[in-house]
Amino acid sequence: MSGNRVEVNQDLCKACRVCVETCPQHCLELGSAINALGYQAVRFDSVDCTACGMCFYVCPEPGALTVIKGEDA
Amino acid sequence: MRKVLIKGNDAIVRGALLGGATHFFGYPITPASEIAQGAANLFTRSGRTFLQAESETSAINMIYGAASTGARVMTASSGPGVALMLEGLSYLAGAELPSVIVDVQRAGPGLGNIWPEQSDYNMCCKGGGHGSFHNIVLAPSSGQEMTDFAYRAFDIADAYRMTVIILTDAYVGQMMEPVGFPSAVRHGARKSWAVYGDESSRQNLISSIVMNQTGMAELNIMLQEKYARAARDLTDWDEIETEDAEFLLIAFGITSRVASTAVSHLRENGLKVGLLRPKTLFPFPSERIAELAGQVNLMAVAELNNGMMAQDVELAVRGGCDVRKYNWYGGMVPSADELASRVREDFNG
Amino acid sequence: MVKHAKPKGFYDTFERKSSQGGPESETTHYCPGCGHGTVHKLIAEALEDFGIKDRTVFLSPVGCSVFAYYYFDTGNIQCSHGRAPAVGTGVIRSLDDAVVISYQGDGDLAGIGTAEIVHAANRGENMAVFFVNNAIYGMTGGQLAPTTLLGQETTTTPLGRLADREGGPIHMSEMLDALDGPAFIERTSLSNAAGVMKTRKAVRKALTNQVERRGFSFVEILSPCPVGWKLTPIQSRIWIKDNMETIFQVKRFRDREEGSRGTGRMPLMGDEELKELLGSDHGEEARKGENLETECRVKIAGFGGQGVMSAGVLLANTAIGEGLEATWLPSYGPEMRGGTANASVVISDEPVGSPVVNRPTTLLAMNGPSLDSLEDSVITGGLIVVNSSLINRKVRRDDVKVVYAPVSDMAAEAGFLKGANVVMLSLYLLEKGVPGIQTLKTVIPKSIKKKELVEVNLKLVKAAEEFHAS
Repeated sequence: MSGNRVEVNQDLCKACRVCVETCPQHCLELGSAINALGYQAVRFDSVDCTACGMCFYVCPEPGALTVIKGEDA
Repeated sequence: MRKVLIKGNDAIVRGALLGGATHFFGYPITPASEIAQGAANLFTRSGRTFLQAESETSAINMIYGAASTGARVMTASSGPGVALMLEGLSYLAGAELPSVIVDVQRAGPGLGNIWPEQSDYNMCCKGGGHGSFHNIVLAPSSGQEMTDFAYRAFDIADAYRMTVIILTDAYVGQMMEPVGFPSAVRHGARKSWAVYGDESSRQNLISSIVMNQTGMAELNIMLQEKYARAARDLTDWDEIETEDAEFLLIAFGITSRVASTAVSHLRENGLKVGLLRPKTLFPFPSERIAELAGQVNLMAVAELNNGMMAQDVELAVRGGCDVRKYNWYGGMVPSADELASRVREDFNG
Repeated sequence: MVKHAKPKGFYDTFERKSSQGGPESETTHYCPGCGHGTVHKLIAEALEDFGIKDRTVFLSPVGCSVFAYYYFDTGNIQCSHGRAPAVGTGVIRSLDDAVVISYQGDGDLAGIGTAEIVHAANRGENMAVFFVNNAIYGMTGGQLAPTTLLGQETTTTPLGRLADREGGPIHMSEMLDALDGPAFIERTSLSNAAGVMKTRKAVRKALTNQVERRGFSFVEILSPCPVGWKLTPIQSRIWIKDNMETIFQVKRFRDREEGSRGTGRMPLMGDEELKELLGSDHGEEARKGENLETECRVKIAGFGGQGVMSAGVLLANTAIGEGLEATWLPSYGPEMRGGTANASVVISDEPVGSPVVNRPTTLLAMNGPSLDSLEDSVITGGLIVVNSSLINRKVRRDDVKVVYAPVSDMAAEAGFLKGANVVMLSLYLLEKGVPGIQTLKTVIPKSIKKKELVEVNLKLVKAAEEFHAS
């Protein structure tokens, strides 16, 4: 367990899926819940995240994704 | 005061520098090029900024940029060039940026010619661009006023956050007269709204876009109130022999010079003719003209266009007095004799 | 540990977008999958990392990114369509230490603002330009852009862009690379994560260049417009790779790593120095002069080069030297009346009304065409001085006073043909008495710029005096 993770602000995601396609470890997927903007926000569900930040950089929304590096990594 | 014989166009540059101008962005056009040339020399030598832009469109946007930083900034052009600046004038008005623009009028429409007309009156005095806005318009008629108005223009522009247009013409620009200079150099103060590229101005936004209708309406209402305040505070004019006048001539710029000579000839012949010369065209001395409408029998507006200022006079008198239009085009400036004989005809007719 | 989070180059909340709170005040106004948000994030990150938020002046264009000022926690200026590089020129010419960012789309930069970007680049202005090229007009609803690809369907090229009709896509990086001015030009692409990271590098390079005053830095970014292209965000990234990158080559065109750009300004003068430069305290002390019987309206006319303009200036200065009022008005520009140039001088003991001289009291005719065209305009009882060196005929009128003087020959005899105008002017003053010839002698040393010519001019005044006395 690396503890690396991506926090997705469910309210701010517009579900463009670019992060989903970009993540080399396939850590992100579209969720099923519809957020206040009307989108099915992405959710993070993985233990394989390397905290590489690719999802963060390709994401067009300033505050939708936050990448956390695990303490034990 | 010591006086120097200089051209009106040179007097403008000197007055502007003494008035605190720091930036000049321009594009050459006859008969205003001497102002750009003078600025290129004197702004540069004095450590101010002169830059020749690639077009009038760019020049006015350089002005927009420098004005956004709180600079005292100016340009000079003539009708065809000022027409290209109208887009910028609208943005300056919407963003409430102060600037000073000199229009040395030439004959139009189109390329026209380089001789004097006053046919940019509507373009300059009625806003001239997109939206309900105005510029403050000063109308010098002598070399001394070229310096004095340029000197004052930056204070006015800053105080009202408006564009001040000095609306002159090819003759007043080319004419040499003895001019005395103000003794104190003025400087602009730091502006709370400007963008200085520092921490305390970082929150500032220069913009003319307001997406919601009520916000846009509020901006417009505020602008109209500002124009009304300018009308109260700035309206200025000169009168010659109006106390007992039965006939009132109204003229500005070079035409007012001709008219003043005509009035003195007519007075020598016993005709009670007076002259009102607006020194500000926006705001316009409507109230005084309305007053005089109750005194004189007839008014005549002499101008080098198709009666543009005459429309403002007609609005001012509201039918209270007959208004004749004396118009010349193409650079034909009337002689005092010609103007006097027109007055004589109407006076006696 | 937070490794990547919303950069501090952005406002915490986007109050200018919505003060209502909620997601609206924390998200951008851009469509899902739009490239603008990605580019914004890369810039905002660099602003934070370089610590330049306070110094930065961000220029928003017209187009989808018109509201960039909602987001960037910097000084902000919203510009008219295409003019941001001119606005930035004004900003950087006023704020020496500012970091100026011009953020523009393809309609703004490559269409309506072509002149502004080319000339700002050519001047090498200290600014970073981020050019977001998505080959379409987004804000106005998917119309043809200058960078639209051949065959690409837009709302104004419903059958596809046709070279014979609209021409081909414009290559701005290549165009600007033809100029000497820019320090840095690179084209990048947002087609995939690697492209985004290359774009990040280019953005940081362009901004570093501003901190180090390297000059004009241009980053063209191929960017997706899923809605305008009618593709999904994922499809639109593939479309960039397959279609745009084959037309717009992704590469670094220029990276001038050395040198820095100065302000081009001379040292700022203080008030006293400025007044000295302007000669504010020079000139004649105003005083009340002699009374004139009548206003003098003088026309000095001749060939261009005969010094009629400068003779007029000397006359006006002589009048002012005696406390009189004077105006000088040139005929100028392409001369239309028979090859003559003329200056009108009005001298009065009261403020001068009209400076226009249609009916001169005096005509100083330096050549034949001047006499021909202006003889009849002189008032009855007026004066005509004829340069008999060049004018063979007599004045036809008998209601004016006429003086014939070979002023060109007199000047040539003194070895200074160009001084014929001063002989002519001297004769006028001697004829009229006011203003006087003695004043002219004091004006000449002050008015003539070439000091070596003062003596010969004074000699010409003397020659005129002798002629007049005889």
